[in-house]
Amino acid sequence: MSYSTSLYLTGAEIGLSLTGLVLLLVTAWTGERAARAITIAAVAALFGALVFNLSLFGQGVAADAFSGLFRSDNFAIFAKSLVYIATIACLIVAPRYFDARGEYRGEYPVLMLFNAVGMGMMVSAIDLMTLYIGLEMSSLSSYVLASFARRDGKSSEAGLKYFVLGGLASGIILYGVSLVYGFSGTTSYDGIRAAFTADFSTGAMFGTVFVLAGVAFKIAAVPFHMWTPDVYEGAPTPVTAFFASAPKVAAVAMLVRMAAGPFGGQVEAWQQIVIFAALASIVVGALGAIGQANLKRLLAYSSINNVGFILIGLAAATPKGIEGVLVYLFIYVFMTIGSFVALLMLRDAKGKALATFDDISGLSTTSPALAWCLLALMFSLAGIPPLFGFWAKFVVFQAAVQADMIALAAIGIAASVIGAFYYIKFIKVMFFDEPKGAAPAEASVSHWVVLGLSVLVISPLGYLLTPWLSDMAGAAAQALFFAA
Amino acid sequence: MEFPILSLMLAVPLVAAIACLFLTASSARMVALFATLINLALGVILWLNYDIGGAQWQFTERAQLFAGFEYALGIDGIALMLIMLSVFLMPICILASWDGITKRVGEYMAAFLLMEVLMIGVFAAQDLFLFYIFFEAGLIPMYLIIGVWGGDNRIYASYKFFLYTLLGSVLMLIAMLWMVNEAGTSDIPTLMQYDFPVGAQLWLWLAFFASFAVKMPMWPVHTWLPDAHVQAPTAGSVILAGVLLKLGGYGFIRFSLPMFPDASADLAWLVFALSMVAVIYTSLVALVQHDMKKLIAYSSVAHMAIVMVGLFAFNVQGLEGAMMVMLGHGLVSGALFLCVGVIYDRLHTREIARYGGLSINMPKYALFFLLFTMASVGLPGTSNFVGEFLALAGIYKVSTFVTLVCTTGIILGAAYMLYLYRRVAFGEQRNADAAAMTDLNAREWAMLAPIAAAVLWMGVYPESFLAPMRQDIAALETRLASVAPQYDSELTVGTPKDHAANFVAASHEGEGEH
Repeated sequence: MSYSTSLYLTGAEIGLSLTGLVLLLVTAWTGERAARAITIAAVAALFGALVFNLSLFGQGVAADAFSGLFRSDNFAIFAKSLVYIATIACLIVAPRYFDARGEYRGEYPVLMLFNAVGMGMMVSAIDLMTLYIGLEMSSLSSYVLASFARRDGKSSEAGLKYFVLGGLASGIILYGVSLVYGFSGTTSYDGIRAAFTADFSTGAMFGTVFVLAGVAFKIAAVPFHMWTPDVYEGAPTPVTAFFASAPKVAAVAMLVRMAAGPFGGQVEAWQQIVIFAALASIVVGALGAIGQANLKRLLAYSSINNVGFILIGLAAATPKGIEGVLVYLFIYVFMTIGSFVALLMLRDAKGKALATFDDISGLSTTSPALAWCLLALMFSLAGIPPLFGFWAKFVVFQAAVQADMIALAAIGIAASVIGAFYYIKFIKVMFFDEPKGAAPAEASVSHWVVLGLSVLVISPLGYLLTPWLSDMAGAAAQALFFAA
Repeated sequence: MEFPILSLMLAVPLVAAIACLFLTASSARMVALFATLINLALGVILWLNYDIGGAQWQFTERAQLFAGFEYALGIDGIALMLIMLSVFLMPICILASWDGITKRVGEYMAAFLLMEVLMIGVFAAQDLFLFYIFFEAGLIPMYLIIGVWGGDNRIYASYKFFLYTLLGSVLMLIAMLWMVNEAGTSDIPTLMQYDFPVGAQLWLWLAFFASFAVKMPMWPVHTWLPDAHVQAPTAGSVILAGVLLKLGGYGFIRFSLPMFPDASADLAWLVFALSMVAVIYTSLVALVQHDMKKLIAYSSVAHMAIVMVGLFAFNVQGLEGAMMVMLGHGLVSGALFLCVGVIYDRLHTREIARYGGLSINMPKYALFFLLFTMASVGLPGTSNFVGEFLALAGIYKVSTFVTLVCTTGIILGAAYMLYLYRRVAFGEQRNADAAAMTDLNAREWAMLAPIAAAVLWMGVYPESFLAPMRQDIAALETRLASVAPQYDSELTVGTPKDHAANFVAASHEGEGEH
């Protein structure tokens, strides 16, 4: 394969990297003055990457770049597009948020760009080395982003916690990778699959489990979820919105590709782990949230809960299941970004965040539009039709039922009722209680636009997207199974 | 393609609901009333154009809008009648909230109009998943109606309502996914003819039962109902009792019976047992209530138990009776809640003991209340008599014991309703403020008179209501014929005895000897 083809297939990553480097220099020279212009440039670059990426969609069979290190198939394109969309949304809402505290700097968009490159590599990696580089590139920028509000103790704490625990997870993955390499003699996904199909020893099993445990940490699945509430609470809200959306999509996509690729021949080896993680995440995510008073912590548990449903699709281990995972991710990105943007719009006239249930009590009378948007988002997260969040749950449970895993589906969906409890508590506080505090200050247009678009997607109108979405996700899921 | 009247009936309240969110209180009321009246008119057109004895599914619409399921609408006679009930009660609900609701009127009206969309959608959906979406979506507006505009304990009631019904229906979703996977289609008419494996039917039936039994509600999962009824605003109670409870019965008649006939027959004993307990137990509970709304709520549970035994009789009388009880109960219990609402608006209490002797100062009100009380008791000439008589006649063909118990429940029903009426309307005027209440005004007349007319119409000439359903119920009976139960007291033809019982064996020997 020629270099030009390789460069073409990795065009989005290369373009983003170059833009990031140039913008880094610009930031260094101009300081804080050009922060806004840099953000706009970064958004433009990501948008360009998104368009370029989509132009590659459906161009036929898996195309490997750089002699089997990087694959730009439909699956990768689908996941990357979601990652770019989420990153763009989080960039758009950031300047206004940080401006209010006088903390915005040009490093923010640059870090987001490098993060996007790393995530793109994670989902496209078909070699353990590429995978690890992508993972670290994304993680390291994430650690910095978590502590971006330098003057805020909580933000620094979040960054440190994320760094220590993230480093541990990387170590676990690396240990697993070394075992896998040791027992298969190769780092390429296809090679590992072939080697494991021939001989799957206990050592190889250990390697697989370690890799999966590390990835479970990255997607915040139980029992590796402990860092999530603390980091989500401490990090600045636009960063939290980002953590809950883009890196999660990338990590899930990476997990799916690994499960279907190198470990695809050993479904029974990882299936029970995934089933356990799925059910445990649903239950812990639901129960943990009940006692929370802080809205960001609550949404952190909600994201753990959602990961559980996503894993149900993976547990089915069928093309339908993978399709369900991708559809779920698509809807999840909009639900998450919508709800975190709504949270960051909740601030009083002095700029103090309305962070607890008490603060937003009676929101429907003080700020009806915001309250109705949050109502739609919460019912959608709870999976109540006719909101689009229902469709996300529908597709993964359908895949589980089709794979004859009826007990899993029944237990999972029954546990989702526990989760509904705290979502409707949100609505109770906003709609049924009398207002206690001050009304939130008027939010900026950019926030309204992002929130409005998210709510539009998760509204019943979202169902009109289903034919298109199921075609795209179906093609993406097929790409994985074609390669296998 | 014919005119998409069902879609129009969904669209009118939907557009009005969105408009109401942005309007002032007085214009929201007008828009809501206007939209519901248009829908009533459309409903009348629907009924007039319904071809009795024609195709089973009429006014069908199909559109490939979604992946995984279809936008498919269509009605048979059963759905037609329930849609009529919904569109008939909606304008009355709007009128009932005219003065009583003063805060956040636009949102209130929007919630009710949305409710109407979803109810019509449930009855008209011909795709399993479309049905589920409409069915489940009703939780959202109802949760808001109870929680925002309800009474003192509204938050507890709204949580209980939401979580109870949600837990019931999620298992049904898994069952639906399995069915569609097995049958390869989500088209309801096709599924109604599909023969699922007998072993699987049991589980599917139980999953559907979990949902519909809660909605119905059946004893012992009825406990959400009194709470929700008592706390909801008047119009909320009307819609809850009038239409939402019917979703459970509709679910049984549309899904459980035709799709899982074998399981239905195998588990009929369970339904009978629960219904018998419900009829006696809830009637006794109703007898000792101090709160009018709670009393009527418990009476609803008892009436729904009659519906259940009628449905599981598996014969024409039972099924027709069940449908008639549903329609009649929808009108009568709705009207009773309105009657409670009328005096609640004046005195702001539902305590029975705070009233008394209302027939002296509110004679017109007392007359209406009497009519609906009698209809609830099942007096001949009113709607409920027809339904209850048919349902009991149907179940008598199956089990005399169940009939005995359920008929006792009806006697108890007479007891608690007449006792309620005596305490509220008759006797002396114990409380000065209750004695000073004014009689019905024009708005309340406009609410109660149409229901009274419908109750009498249904009681005197039920054929208008039975005719559209006859063919569909006959089709259902045919579907159930193979599993129909034996009559437990059936006469067996024995060998005739040689002699009558008073025959004295003639012993002629020695006759005439002296």
